[in-house]
Amino acid sequence: MIQFTLANFDTLMSRTVEHIALVSLAVGIATLTGVPIGIAITKSKRAAQIVLYVAAIIVTIPSIALFGIMMPILSIFGYGIGYVPAVIAVLLYSLLPIIRNTYTAINNVDPALREAARGIGMSPNERLRLVEIPLAIPVIMAGVRTAVVLNIGVMAIAAYIGAGGLGTFISRGISQSDPRQLIVGAVAVSLLAVVVDYALLALQKQLTPKGMAKIIQAG
Amino acid sequence: MIRLDNLTKIYKTTEGPVTAADRISMEVPAGEICILLGPSGCGKTTTLKMINRIVQPTSGRVLIDGEDTAELDTQTLRHNIGYVIQQIGLFPNMTIEENISVVPRLMGWDKTKYRNRTRDLMDMIAMDPDAFLNCFPHELSGGQQQRIGVARALAADPPVMLMDEPFGAIDPINRAVIQDEFLKMQKELKKTILFVSHDIDEAIKMGNRIAIFRAGQLVQYSEPDELLAAPKNEFVESFLGDDRALKRLNLVKVRDVVNDTIGTVKPSDSLETAHKRIEEYGYQNAIIMVNEQYQPVGMVAASVAKNTKGYCSDHNSPMPAQVGLDDDLRKVVSLMFGHDITWAPCVDEKERLCGQITQRTITHHLSARHAMQTAKKPAEVI
Repeated sequence: MIQFTLANFDTLMSRTVEHIALVSLAVGIATLTGVPIGIAITKSKRAAQIVLYVAAIIVTIPSIALFGIMMPILSIFGYGIGYVPAVIAVLLYSLLPIIRNTYTAINNVDPALREAARGIGMSPNERLRLVEIPLAIPVIMAGVRTAVVLNIGVMAIAAYIGAGGLGTFISRGISQSDPRQLIVGAVAVSLLAVVVDYALLALQKQLTPKGMAKIIQAG
Repeated sequence: MIRLDNLTKIYKTTEGPVTAADRISMEVPAGEICILLGPSGCGKTTTLKMINRIVQPTSGRVLIDGEDTAELDTQTLRHNIGYVIQQIGLFPNMTIEENISVVPRLMGWDKTKYRNRTRDLMDMIAMDPDAFLNCFPHELSGGQQQRIGVARALAADPPVMLMDEPFGAIDPINRAVIQDEFLKMQKELKKTILFVSHDIDEAIKMGNRIAIFRAGQLVQYSEPDELLAAPKNEFVESFLGDDRALKRLNLVKVRDVVNDTIGTVKPSDSLETAHKRIEEYGYQNAIIMVNEQYQPVGMVAASVAKNTKGYCSDHNSPMPAQVGLDDDLRKVVSLMFGHDITWAPCVDEKERLCGQITQRTITHHLSARHAMQTAKKPAEVI
């Protein structure tokens, strides 16, 4: 096993980088779209219900099925297989935790703070920029973490539609009845998830406004 | 100056419209503190919040210095009105300096100007700028946080301040301290302040005027002493409490009721002289002995003066208590009860005797004002 790992170390590394790149791209786009959507839907309860409901339904679709849906649709544009459907699927999965956490975090900003911000004359945009978003960051980041960890696993399955990444070891391991490849791939995916989760936790702490760090730890 | 003109708020609910504030008209002169007082749900907070449009008025006008605020855009209006709330509402993601300077920064002041202003404000609220400016709100006690809350409201030097039960969440001891500090600041700043409270004692202490609300209506708008002396109806009377005459004690200073004709003796006087003087002034118990600076140093009892021979210097007893001209009657009465005495000498800032005050003077003052006020037509709500 160790021999196999050492012998294929370069491939393992490049697959890992590929895996990270795919998940980052997808979750990155999901964050850039999900956070504004999460903020926007705080203005209307009805819109929030609909958006969160749709996002929740997407997550219930099994990943294999989602790839299956994706392939015929995207093949119209010539992207039926490869990394494009994988990234889009992961992006869709990521939207729910990111939108939901953003929505909840902004909605849960202490009403007294919101009133203070209004009372001293902040415009709605200033309130978002100076108060609501900074206070929501820890919870938004928790959503991003959830999305990343969840989708490191989902991305492994995307190897079946030719997306590449660490899933390739697993799919080959199964098709070639080679337990070494299978186990190396599985362990690598799990390790990656754990390591990335910790890295993002560190980033979350970094991004959390200093004055709130203690409150969050205490709470 | 703030003038409210028929300010009304009607909420539409499923059970029909609810009038939270019904044609409120009142005027707060510049530099005065007006307390909006009443039980919960009486419309006092709604009225306050209509001034800075946290609550949008259904009808009516708010005029600041004669100018209708409807012409100002909401942000500008609020930048020019300091706002302090009970929950304090400091932004936990900002340092104390950032919290205080938030309005000046929104208004686009340059950095040196708002940083200097922040330091000045810290001095004003008696907190060390070097120790606190870089702290975060959660590192401060509740009392300190509300001091910062007040500083934040004052940052852009607005002429008007709205305070919504600002000291309601602070423990009683710190509340008294912070109230005193605030009154001291107000003496210099002379802001026009509307202040919501449900605490009659706070209202009497802080207010130049008190507006009593009930069920969305302004019931009585008077100066505190007048309010206590002449409540307009039973509701106001019951709200003020059975001890409202006692509450007036807080408002009357010794200066207002002191009797400055007072007989004294010197240590070198004989007891015979003392006896004569006691008779002359009609004192029942004793006469005060003063030193050369006219400071009270003791008293000679009437019985001693009558039945003993000798000099006052040898036959006096210490004064149990004395009061200052600026003490309020509550303190005086407390001293009298505590020492079981019916009168006390009054002294000025240099501890010189300047008169005396008796229990009879106090009760008479309270009842005389009361009779006078009831005879007069009670103050109209404008």
